[in-house]
Amino acid sequence: MKIKKGGDPAVAIDMTPMIDIVFQLLSFFIFTLKITTQEGDFNITMPLAAPRAGTPDPNQVPPIKVRIRATADGSCNGIFLNPNDDGTGGTPFGTDGWKQLRAHIASLVGTGSQAASAEVTIDADYNLDYENVIKCITAVSGEKDAAGHITKMVEKIKFAPPRPPGG
Amino acid sequence: MKIKKVEAAKIEIDMTPMIDICFQLLTFFVFILSFEGADQDARIQLPASELAKPPEKSEDVPITLQVTKDGQILAGGQPFPNADAAKSVLNAERTMLEQRGRSVSDANIIIRAHKDAKTGDVQQLIKVAQSVEFTKFSLRAKDKE
Repeated sequence: MKIKKGGDPAVAIDMTPMIDIVFQLLSFFIFTLKITTQEGDFNITMPLAAPRAGTPDPNQVPPIKVRIRATADGSCNGIFLNPNDDGTGGTPFGTDGWKQLRAHIASLVGTGSQAASAEVTIDADYNLDYENVIKCITAVSGEKDAAGHITKMVEKIKFAPPRPPGG
Repeated sequence: MKIKKVEAAKIEIDMTPMIDICFQLLTFFVFILSFEGADQDARIQLPASELAKPPEKSEDVPITLQVTKDGQILAGGQPFPNADAAKSVLNAERTMLEQRGRSVSDANIIIRAHKDAKTGDVQQLIKVAQSVEFTKFSLRAKDKE
């Protein structure tokens, strides 16, 4: 039997539906694109029970307490290091003395193993703006130099019991 | 004079380069799509910190709680007027963890508080979470560039 040899007819694929879908997907991804800044965490540990009072380790840095007072509108009214039990007194660092606080903490704990075991307790007024707490945590937990290298300092950070509103 | 009618020539546009570019754009947007910001809320403006770097490994059991400027708590997609009202969500999280054979100590409470929120409101939230026996907390801040 003689088979007729014929050239393959050119098959034209209709690209229109595919292009439609591709454009729809593209539009979807462009519109759902959300440009966000990077976020990071500061870990704090709040144990349920108070630590047992025992013989303090002579190599350990004594607990550091940072008291942050607030004005009526919530801004920082003063930073005090190691205040009395009633929250008064302590070494003052001014209202924006985070750099000085960082330098002082660095001189107390250094950046070695002592820094890792050091503990800072933050005691803030109830109506203090929260960004001041983050500034305080940033000041005590390390420093970033011009090259972007981070030197870690205190890693154990906790809060003192909350103060009553207006207190 | 007789004018000869000329048929318009059929112009075929080559779609190949356009489709190539579209696919490349599509691939780009698919790859940069991130669901990490799904828990972010426009009401919360995080405080900035130069030390806020994304964690190297993702949290095992993260529970995100958000505190707005006026002290509202956003937990599990629902608003609560104060920290005490949000306790039910934390209790539900604890029950779910226990049903999955995990303990509350495996969970990490991520607190996303507005920069102008009251510190006392954040502390109250931590206190309420402690009453449900959560002990690990992370305070979230945005990277300061």
